Amino acid sequence: MEWLRNLLHEIGAGWAVEWPKALNVPLNSWINDFVEWLITEHGQAFEAVSNSISVVLLAIEQTLRGMPWLVMFFFITALAWFISGRRLGMTILVAVCLFSIGLIDPQLWDNAMVTLSVMLVATILCIVIGIPVGLLISAQDRLRSLVIPLLDLMQTMPSFVYLIPAIMLFGLGAVPAIFATVIYAIPPVIRLTDLGIRLVDSGLGEACDAMGANRIQKLLGLQIPTALPNILQGINQTTMLALSMVVIASMIGTRGLGTEVLLGLQQLNVGRALEAGIAIVLLAIVMDRITQAYGRKLLRAQRGR
Amino acid sequence: MGASSCERNGADEELSLIEIRNIYKIFGKSASRAFTLARSGQSKQRILSETGCTVGLQDVSLNVADGEIFVVMGLSGSGKSTLIRHINRLIEPTAGQVLVRGRDVLSLNRQELVNFRRSTVSMVFQRFALFPHITVWENVAYGLKVQGAPRPKRMERALGWLDKVGLNGFERQLPRQLSGGMQQRVGLARALCTDPDILLMDEPFSALDPLIRNQMQKQLMALQQDFHKTIVFITHDLDEALLLGDHIAILKDGLVEQVGRPQDIVLRPASPYVREFVRDVNRGRVLTAEAIMTPCPRNKGDNRGEASVTRDTVIEDLLHQSVATDRVLKVVDDTGGVIGEIHRDAVLKALVARP
Ligand SMILES: Nc1ncnc2c1ncn2[C@@H]1O[C@H](COP(=O)(O)OP(=O)(O)OP(=O)(O)O)[C@@H](O)[C@H]1O
Ligand SMILES: [Mg+2]
Repeated sequence: MEWLRNLLHEIGAGWAVEWPKALNVPLNSWINDFVEWLITEHGQAFEAVSNSISVVLLAIEQTLRGMPWLVMFFFITALAWFISGRRLGMTILVAVCLFSIGLIDPQLWDNAMVTLSVMLVATILCIVIGIPVGLLISAQDRLRSLVIPLLDLMQTMPSFVYLIPAIMLFGLGAVPAIFATVIYAIPPVIRLTDLGIRLVDSGLGEACDAMGANRIQKLLGLQIPTALPNILQGINQTTMLALSMVVIASMIGTRGLGTEVLLGLQQLNVGRALEAGIAIVLLAIVMDRITQAYGRKLLRAQRGR
Repeated sequence: MGASSCERNGADEELSLIEIRNIYKIFGKSASRAFTLARSGQSKQRILSETGCTVGLQDVSLNVADGEIFVVMGLSGSGKSTLIRHINRLIEPTAGQVLVRGRDVLSLNRQELVNFRRSTVSMVFQRFALFPHITVWENVAYGLKVQGAPRPKRMERALGWLDKVGLNGFERQLPRQLSGGMQQRVGLARALCTDPDILLMDEPFSALDPLIRNQMQKQLMALQQDFHKTIVFITHDLDEALLLGDHIAILKDGLVEQVGRPQDIVLRPASPYVREFVRDVNRGRVLTAEAIMTPCPRNKGDNRGEASVTRDTVIEDLLHQSVATDRVLKVVDDTGGVIGEIHRDAVLKALVARP
């Protein structure tokens, strides 16, 4: 291709060979300026958000870590038992996974509780923000066509890209980790809430309208209940994404299982890293089973067994 | 023939409960251009190919009298569902007016519309549209629930209606645990539970097999005897239309082809399309003595033991009398006065469709 480059240079069309500097869109500095502006102008708002998240996180973390492991173990197992509608197989699976975490290394149990609390806070935030957004876009096509591409973007972006603005806004620690996790994990709840509401049979919506239900009655009495299996599926996916992101976010200062993996790698201690990795998988299985079981139980109830 | 229709055969002019005036409904993007074409009387096909818009309804005007069963019939895609959804404003027209008790439904604001739907009009759907996540009685009581009625009252009313449609004991089942016919009974009970004046029924029995459909038709007629609702009933089945309808409107491609009593439709089809429709109908079960008699000046108590039939007897039921007597059959009205007579030839002629 050398001849083509030379030719273009000779006829004075060098701009077609090298990107012309003048065409550069300074996206990079725009974003930096924007973040800087956010911090200087709205620093207090971020601090307030940060503080309230910290308080909640601290409370949850202290509860989970303060609880004797055996109590915690029985609590989660019992939760699995009731939520799954008394399914023995699933409950045993959850119990075995939980027990194995401590079995691998007692220290990992404590780390798992830290990870769990960060994940819980992030997931709750995702649900609290995600479901209303999902409901909103299901009702407004215009808004939806704006939000859906944004969600696509959020999901294709490499996950640690969110860490940097998170640090810039909130500093190091658990709060930026939660912030990054929420951004990374929120798309499924929004998507599946939207989808669930849209999939509600239009004939049922008509029946509801024809009987004189107002919007709120229709939403609470028909749309949300019939969309619930889908919404729960979204919550399940969000939980899983949150777990994986919490691990990645340990790079910016959350503690927990992710830190163990990171330390293991830094010390070339493959055993330690792998142990923590297995604990993450076990925790993931527990969370997945529990969140899915509830959706299944609901679906069974709706279909009349 | 519904009993209510018999009582009303004499009175011609009645108060219209529902008035539909010059409704146009165009589906699609460039509706205004399509509307202009539709106004100038272009056909549905033509408008579709020129503008890409579907004409749902084209200049439809109808009057539904208080307490009657008004049947709208037509083939698939003729605009029946679109029409009935204008009455409770599930669909807004492109142009035209809908009046219920003289009140313009299209001028209601959101709250008024909600109240109108809660109190005045309810609907039964072809595919039942029962809420799958709540029990049968909760489905029936849903209309009361949105009105804010307390639970004991809801339950009492719902159980009452379930009893009336013959579903005693099924109240705690989920809809999907019932058969199609039972589900539609729940749909009917749900529509009646708010005690509306107007019942809109969009092909309520089309999804049922013939035997069950027959039962449901009988049940509807029995309920109608007791409760005298104004019913707009949609069907694509002419036999059903003739059986239930006090008046029938025939719709084709969004246009009204003919409106009339079942007799008028069968005896005097207004267009080749309607004629084609009624050709295979069992005329003996539709036409009444009054429709085929030769009228004579009304003379009171002059039938001196001669064979006579009441004016709303259908041909099928007077056939054996007509054959048995070698003289004419007298037709008497409600008070016993003779209003006409029927020759045997007339009976035969009426039974054979004119080409
Ligand atoms: N939401 C819509 N968007 C576009 N076109 C529609 C819509 N609803 C109905 N139509 C069109 O309007 C016409 C009438 O439809 P409609 O559903 O009223 O027919 P129908 O007589 O009820 O038929 P069926 O017996 O199949 O229920 C059809 O040509 C249909 O394609
Ligand atoms: Mg229809």
